[in-house]
Amino acid sequence: MNIIIVGCSKVGETLASQLGKENNNVTMIDLSSEKINDITTRYDVMGIVGNGATHTTLVEAGIDSADLLIAVTDSDELNLLCCMIAKKTGKCRVIARVTSPEYNADIPYLKDELGLEMIINPEFAAAEEIARVLRFPSAMKIETFGKGRVELLTFKLPDSSNLVGMKVKEVVTKLKSDILICTVDRDGEAYIPNGDFTFCGKDVISIIASPRKASTFFKKINFAVHAVKDVIIAGGDELTHYLCDLLKSSGISIKIIEKDAECCDELCSKFTDATVINGDYADQELLEEEGLKNTDAFLALTKHDEQNIIISLFAKGFDKTKIVTKINRNEYEAIIKHLDLDTAIYPKNITADIIVRYVRAMRNAIGSNVETMYSIIPDKVEASEFSVREGSPITEAPLAGLRFKSDVLVAAILRGRTVIIPRGHDVIKAGDSVIIVSKHRVLRDISDILETRRDA
Amino acid sequence: MNYKMIRYTLGWLLLFEAAFLTVPLATAITYSVMGTVNPSEYDTEWWSMYSLLISMGICIGMGILMTVRKPKNRSLYSRDGLVIVALGWIFLSVFGAIPFVISGAIPNYIDALFETASGFSTTGSSIIPAVEELPKSMLMWRSFTHWVGGMGVLVFIMAFLPLGGAQNLHIMRAESPGPTVSKLVPKMRTTALILYLIYFILTVAMFIILLFDPGTDAQNGKMTVFEALNTAFATAGTGGFGIINDSLGGFSSFAQIVVTVFMLIFSINFSSYYLLYKRRLKDAFNLEIRIFLLIVIIAIAAITLNIYFADFSESMDEMVITNSAGEISSDIGADGRYSFLNALKHAAFNVATIISTSGFGTENFAAWPELSQVIIVLLMFIGACAGSTGGGLKVSRVLILVKGIGRELKAAIHPRQVKKITIDKRPVENEIVRSVNAYMICYIVVFILLLLLVSIDPYVTDLTTAFTSVAATINNIGPGLGAIGPASNFAGFSYFSKIVLTFSMIAGRLELLPMLLLFAPSTWRKN
Repeated sequence: MNIIIVGCSKVGETLASQLGKENNNVTMIDLSSEKINDITTRYDVMGIVGNGATHTTLVEAGIDSADLLIAVTDSDELNLLCCMIAKKTGKCRVIARVTSPEYNADIPYLKDELGLEMIINPEFAAAEEIARVLRFPSAMKIETFGKGRVELLTFKLPDSSNLVGMKVKEVVTKLKSDILICTVDRDGEAYIPNGDFTFCGKDVISIIASPRKASTFFKKINFAVHAVKDVIIAGGDELTHYLCDLLKSSGISIKIIEKDAECCDELCSKFTDATVINGDYADQELLEEEGLKNTDAFLALTKHDEQNIIISLFAKGFDKTKIVTKINRNEYEAIIKHLDLDTAIYPKNITADIIVRYVRAMRNAIGSNVETMYSIIPDKVEASEFSVREGSPITEAPLAGLRFKSDVLVAAILRGRTVIIPRGHDVIKAGDSVIIVSKHRVLRDISDILETRRDA
Repeated sequence: MNYKMIRYTLGWLLLFEAAFLTVPLATAITYSVMGTVNPSEYDTEWWSMYSLLISMGICIGMGILMTVRKPKNRSLYSRDGLVIVALGWIFLSVFGAIPFVISGAIPNYIDALFETASGFSTTGSSIIPAVEELPKSMLMWRSFTHWVGGMGVLVFIMAFLPLGGAQNLHIMRAESPGPTVSKLVPKMRTTALILYLIYFILTVAMFIILLFDPGTDAQNGKMTVFEALNTAFATAGTGGFGIINDSLGGFSSFAQIVVTVFMLIFSINFSSYYLLYKRRLKDAFNLEIRIFLLIVIIAIAAITLNIYFADFSESMDEMVITNSAGEISSDIGADGRYSFLNALKHAAFNVATIISTSGFGTENFAAWPELSQVIIVLLMFIGACAGSTGGGLKVSRVLILVKGIGRELKAAIHPRQVKKITIDKRPVENEIVRSVNAYMICYIVVFILLLLLVSIDPYVTDLTTAFTSVAATINNIGPGLGAIGPASNFAGFSYFSKIVLTFSMIAGRLELLPMLLLFAPSTWRKN
């Protein structure tokens, strides 16, 4: 596919790297020739220096033959203008990044009237992810498949759990849990475990289960799941606004600490139920006074990454608290891994992930039948959802009778409204959706997971 | 430095060289097994077939040894790319010389190395006094090295072999001529494929047109298929190896004109053809190409007038290029003058051959009036357009240099004026201007060093020979003036000079930087 990306921001770069790898023809547009030079030497993409909102530049970038334009500059207005001009000039689909809350309310109008295929708001997407994590505080990360019927949960196994020392096959025999262990990330090494794999403390485990079964599983392994009743949010920026909106109807009581008095005014007039406190979130006394010790969750969502990290580390001292840290700069990712923070939210990564998912779905129409794809462990393990077509070789026998490639796992079968966590005797039927977890592989079709038969 | 990846890439390079050797091998088989030549040539073709098979065996053996272990870490940085290209071209020449030695066509290895490097770098300087006596397959290998070298070997490999991702750009940057390298399409591999496709189509077109050669007269026949193929290869790469001693002097005017036109076609930036195909006429005829054509026209006009009014009656003996059959070729009439059309034809041919850095010959321009000779030497340095198969400084660099002078002059008049160099109304980044200036200085320094080294040779008796031998090799042209004019060759140089000039050819083809890096100790240091 021919894709034009306007803006070499961090999101643009992540997209260039990911989409380029997936065999798309990517052209980047940016005003700074330095950034373009840098990006073209590092990734296999073409770079054009110019203003992406001008017709000339877009034509030069090949808008006529482009399938998709993604505008991810730092300016909302520029992104929208880019998309409008691209719509007028070419026949491509367009995606715009829009951050400002003012435009957020207009998203449906913009989509309908301007014909934008997708408007992505990184802060809003991050808020959604935080809301999901709050529903299930044991998990570090939650992804949903099959319109929410299946969840992919990632959590860090505490040393105190009775799962430590247990083997994978005992999850079914001893715990009688109908869940599936997908991957284990131990000291940076990714495993797709077989039945004899033994769990250790501090393993980062991802499981696939329906939401209800997941919560019983967590109870069985002594990894308490008590729903979050109250949260303290440090910082009252856009993300906080979106999050309060999302949490409004959930019955969670919200306490916001914000330095700026004007911001506080705005917040308390908008969210009447929330407790807004005007004070310094870096003040330990204030935090303790406001009940940091007893709160269920503490969210560090200020503008400054460093501040977020520091106050999260402080809050980490109270081990019952669920901690979410917002990080703007993706560069910190590697460093943060060593800091043992609970859940780190990277709005930019989330944005890139969502766009990549959209592009994959678009490609789907062209050939591959991947419906959605998530990276469980970045660059190592991915989970993809496939739809099974009539006559696929995978439908021929029960799973135990099929020869799979190594490091491939059938994680769930979605049939109609039911979710099957597959065991050896299960059979995949045409029309099912299947979730496959795989390591180091590019899967384009469900049959790619089978060992190619020599007699064929 | 990713040594493993360098080893792996060079291994593939040797495997590809073995593949390239199948072209002369096919020629040898055609002329030996099929027996289409006269009996005297029969044996030599058999023997060169064996020599080609042995050389292929060596290349394949080495290649497999070097590629059998795949490197885990495939990342290449700018430095690795430059080293791969520099070593790659040395490897190509070192191994490409083997068939010449084994077959006995060029018994001395240094001579063979010079000839092969001259081939791959598309220089066209030869040390062979009697080209006609070489086996046909060896002639084919000489011409084919031009074709392969013209567009770049590693670019070719990249087009067909998925070596790695984006980092390939470092290799392409190092191998492609010109101050900047831009992709035609987002994917590196597709870009390489498109460039080779254009190259291939143009070569085939030229080959077919040459087959329609009507010939000079009843006795002097037209171009054979073999001759047309060789000429097409040598022109496409802007190389200039001839297959008979008088180069193209003995062929018909038709052939000479076709070669003239195609030499110019191959010295234009290939991306222009792509833009032309995409109907972006304005972008296709950019300033560089317009200036290039302007230079060509002015040079042709000046030389035509100069040689048309010159009287050669006293220097008739110097003018002719004698081939080994003892036949002479020259279009000068009995009165010692060119007719106007002949003057135009030879001026056009020689301007094209020099500015495209091919180096074919029709007339001995070393005997032309001084003005014409000086123009020819100037053209040697300007060279072809960036992104073509030609060598030299490149028109775009000259353009930036000249505009840079203009900017300095203006700055002297208006010291506070802010001015950027623009090409096609687009500002040229200071970074590029700086690198072009640095290249120019580097070029002069290397040129002087090589000139000093060549001057040691007792064979070099005059400055013209010394100067043009370096100019002709570093700019990848072929013939020079003085003792190495179109009528003679490089055979007389000492082995030391030949090695120096071999370096000069490869360094010139790769635009200095990669070869110079090989001598920098910090290149080889671990990070």
